[in-house]
Formats: sequence, C-alpha cells, structure tokens
Amino acid sequence: MTSIILAVVIGAAFGAVLDRIGATNPNWIGKMLTLTNLHLMKTILLAIGTASVLMFGGQMLGLVDVGHMSVKTAYAGVFIGGLMLGAGWAAAGYCPGTGVCAAASGRKDALFFIAGGLLGAAAYMVTYPAWDAAGLLDGSKLTLGAVPGAGYDSLLSISGDLLGIVMGLAFVAIAIALPERLRGGGEAVAPAE
Amino acid sequence: MVLNWKTGGVVLGLVFFLAVLLVKPIGVSTQFVILDAIIGNVAVPDLITQTDDGYTSSNAYLAKSDGKYAANAANPLNYSFVFVLAMAVGAFLSAMARGGIGADERKLPAIWYANYGDTPVKRYTVAFIGGFVVLYGARLAGGCTSGHMMSGMMQTAVSGYIFAAGAFAAAVPVAIMMYKQEG
Repeated sequence: MTSIILAVVIGAAFGAVLDRIGATNPNWIGKMLTLTNLHLMKTILLAIGTASVLMFGGQMLGLVDVGHMSVKTAYAGVFIGGLMLGAGWAAAGYCPGTGVCAAASGRKDALFFIAGGLLGAAAYMVTYPAWDAAGLLDGSKLTLGAVPGAGYDSLLSISGDLLGIVMGLAFVAIAIALPERLRGGGEAVAPAE
Repeated sequence: MVLNWKTGGVVLGLVFFLAVLLVKPIGVSTQFVILDAIIGNVAVPDLITQTDDGYTSSNAYLAKSDGKYAANAANPLNYSFVFVLAMAVGAFLSAMARGGIGADERKLPAIWYANYGDTPVKRYTVAFIGGFVVLYGARLAGGCTSGHMMSGMMQTAVSGYIFAAGAFAAAVPVAIMMYKQEG
C-alpha cells in the first residue's frame, strides 16, 4: 500500500513538472532538437546534474540506500534502440512519458502517438527472440566508476561516488554554459503555447 | 509560460532524486508492454499463466527474467504501472491549473502548422508512426528518455550515455530535416 501511495505522489509530481517545463509540448521538443532554442535542454541537463549530486552525495553520507540504484545493461541494442527512439521522438515530438502526459492534457496527436506506441511495443514483444538470438542484447551492467555497495562492474577503477558528484557538477556546468540557441540567428524564440 | 530552466531543472532533478531515495529510478516505457500484455491476455486466453512460484507467458519477452512482466500485467496495481497513471493525472491537473491548452494546439502543435499547414491527418499519421518507432526502439534499448537518459546518466550508467548518444545522433538531423520553419 505504501508503494502505491508513493507511486501516486511521485508520479503526479513527475507529470506536473514535465508539463511545467515544456517537455510535453512538441513545439519545445522541436525547438530543442533543431537546436534553435535550448531552454528545455538546459532544464534537463540541470535536472540530471542536480539529481546526480544529491543521490551520490546522499549515498556517501549514508542517507540514501545504494540498493535503490538500478543500472541497466549496456549492449549493442541500446544504441540501435536509441537511434530509433531519437528518430521517432524528433518526428512526433513525444517520448513515451511525455506522450502520455500530452494526451492527458488534451493533445489529440498524442493519442495517435500512444496507439502507435502500443503497437510498436507489441511488435517488439513478438520479434524479441530474433534480437536475443543475434546476441544484440548481451552485455553487462556498468557504471563509470566503482560505486561502493552497488554491486555493478565499473569502467574505471576509481570512486564511483566521487565521480558521480563530479559528473553531476559537469552536467550543471554544461547547463549553464549552453547558449540559448546553436542554429539560426537572433534571439531564441519561445513557443507561444 | 514554462518555468525558467533554473527553477524547472532543480525541481525536475528533485523529483528524480526523490524517486531513487524513496523507491527506485523513474522509468515509463515498460508500462506500454504491461498494458499490451493486459489487453493481450483478454484477447488471447492463456497469454499469461500462473505457476507455482509466480507467473509466466507464452510470449518469450513477457516470460523473461522469471516472468517479471507477466507478473506485473497480472497485477496492474503495482508501483510502476500506477506511477504512469499518476503521471498522466499530474500532467492533466498541471495543464488545467495554467488555463489548459488552446483548441488550436490540441488539434495541431504550432510547429507542425508552421511547416505543414492545416494537415491533421498527416500529423496524426506521423505521430502514430513516430510512436511505433519510439516504443519499438525503447524496448530494444531497454528503456526510454526517462529510464535510460535521465535516470541512467544520473547514476553514471554506461548504458545511459550509449542511449543518449544514439537518441541525439538520430533526433537532431531528423528534426532539422522535418521542421525547417521555427514555428
């Protein structure tokens, strides 16, 4: 029961924040991915940095349970799937979470995105054995540095906690340094909506 | 108006931090599979079956990892599925609280209108195909923008960086080709 309450509270907060930063709006996604207004990119980079510093800092102080970390396996399919997601994300202006949020806030095209998504996920369920047999799903769960107590292999044999904080600060620094636009001239224009 | 990136970034970061502090990192795309399995189990009897120590499925993907997905589809009132439903409610309430999205935007986003005019059928077709490719890709990758890119990179997961590299390598050229007008 506790976990359901947490799901409701954290889920609702996540959906509300995605709405308030413009992530559920295809106009903001389009501007970010055409590099004509990077405001949303700065928001996301700052969020990753903030969360990283808090999580690794909390783990070092013993305030955050390392057992809550959940690192996904790195394998060739991650890159191929990333390419596919990126192409669809650019075309539709939605990713899985923001598509659901956009549909809930009344955007009709997002309903079509969800319908296509359910079909795409079903297509993967059916074709999964082929990817598995091709060895494209084989890999290991890796972090950049060795995180004490997390039980994951690491790319480098340095402190994963400290590196996590350094990487977090790097994300914050990039968020600050990133200009408002990289392509086109003039001031970056915000969507009316 | 959207939140300033400094405020929005810190608040979004706090949500990701709270999720990992209290439960586990945020992820969404798996729940498309779970909903498919719930629907599939109605349409195809015995897609999901109970075993002595849990659930399994006639579908190899649902049966993998000791039937983890099959078990979640059999019991949808679990953290991850409720999370996604709550996310939708949160986005709805937030959109309403700031006055709702206008009728024009609900029909077609401005960026589409600026590039392709009043062509809803074309837009909905692109959104549908985009959804198909996004979720197929996310499942192949084992996660999406939330699970791989944000939750992954915040944990210094190598998979998160690989995913983000792939996603932006495709997304930026596709967006530049498709949306020449800023809108």
